Amino acid sequence: MQTSSDEVLIGRIASGDRLAMQVLYARYHVRVYRFVLRLIGNQATAEDLISEVFLEVWRQAAKFEGRSSVSTWMLGIGRFKALSALRRRPEEELNEETAGAVEDQSDDPETTLAKKDKAAALRQALSRLSAEHREIIDLTYYHEKSVEEVAAIVGIPAATVKTRMFYARKKLSELLKAQGIDRGWP
Amino acid sequence: MNTAKEDERSEIEALLPWHAAGTLSQRDAQRVEAALASDAKLAEQYELVREELGETIYLNESLGAPSPRAMETLFAKIDAEPVRAPSFNLGARISGFFANLAPRTLAWSASAAAIAILLQAGLIAGFVLTRTGGPGYQTASAPANDVAAGTFAMIRFAPQASAADITKFLETNKLKIADGPSVGGLYRVRIAGTKLPKTEVGRVIKTLQLDPVVGLIVTIE
Repeated sequence: MQTSSDEVLIGRIASGDRLAMQVLYARYHVRVYRFVLRLIGNQATAEDLISEVFLEVWRQAAKFEGRSSVSTWMLGIGRFKALSALRRRPEEELNEETAGAVEDQSDDPETTLAKKDKAAALRQALSRLSAEHREIIDLTYYHEKSVEEVAAIVGIPAATVKTRMFYARKKLSELLKAQGIDRGWP
Repeated sequence: MNTAKEDERSEIEALLPWHAAGTLSQRDAQRVEAALASDAKLAEQYELVREELGETIYLNESLGAPSPRAMETLFAKIDAEPVRAPSFNLGARISGFFANLAPRTLAWSASAAAIAILLQAGLIAGFVLTRTGGPGYQTASAPANDVAAGTFAMIRFAPQASAADITKFLETNKLKIADGPSVGGLYRVRIAGTKLPKTEVGRVIKTLQLDPVVGLIVTIE
């Protein structure tokens, strides 16, 4: 239902319907923003980039053929723009480790206490994953993308998506173990 | 026999994150359900996956939303967009058409991707050939001696890369397309005007590989 209505919107955008663009923006800007923010780790840059992503949608709408869903298409554009931005400004941007820690905090007393909470520790570990692992986790769990859709967005084979997910989850276990939480896997 | 069973289990195990997210096909979902019902260890692992799913959603939801500035910037840019009139500049038309391939090349079925790569390849070739008379990169055919010597690599551009991205990438890195496209959308590019030592070639390739414009880059003898 949502997908076909997205495609209708794209058709209207292709004919220059500004209102359709506003509807599409309202529908997806938060998700695209969060995906880009998790990759780039800087709120101001992420805001700039989502403007660019949606501007690209405005420009390319007439060429959209519906081979992937609109959200998959937009996340692919978002990822490309985020990686290009990271590439352009390596010195200015936070390094990868820090970029991943959007919601991360240093070990103040509160955090130390939070570490005893498994859920909080898991969230902290999720923030500490590398960008490569983070995007697979986010696309799968948060953006509800299938193996094939993740493969299309990231530009890797489906088998690699599964392998990368395995290593991302393994890394999560390692990070939790370092905090004294043994998940018993792998 | 055991190996086959282990393979099957590993395969099911790899699907658990997508099963938890509800994005598997009905057939795969049934396979996973059946395995979970008969394998306690797998069921334990599935609980870990469900925890990850919950906390990933929680984490992402805590990221907030962009300010209204993002929307204002977007619509200011849209309002400033030029009226799309057909251009008679061949180079610009080819470049523009090529840039418009971006969403098309995001096609995620293998066959569509292959067609898109072929289209992109053809258009890069056309684009490059139209520019042989001006500044920038040239094909090996004109002038031949310009790109005959040096160090070369094979490159395939990322399907999402627009013409502007590729042009910028080539110019920034002082690369010249010497030949292509060949099968799989590969181009032969000159990465240096002289013959570089192997270690230096490796270093250059490694650097270029980091650029998101690059889908694949390999050295050639």
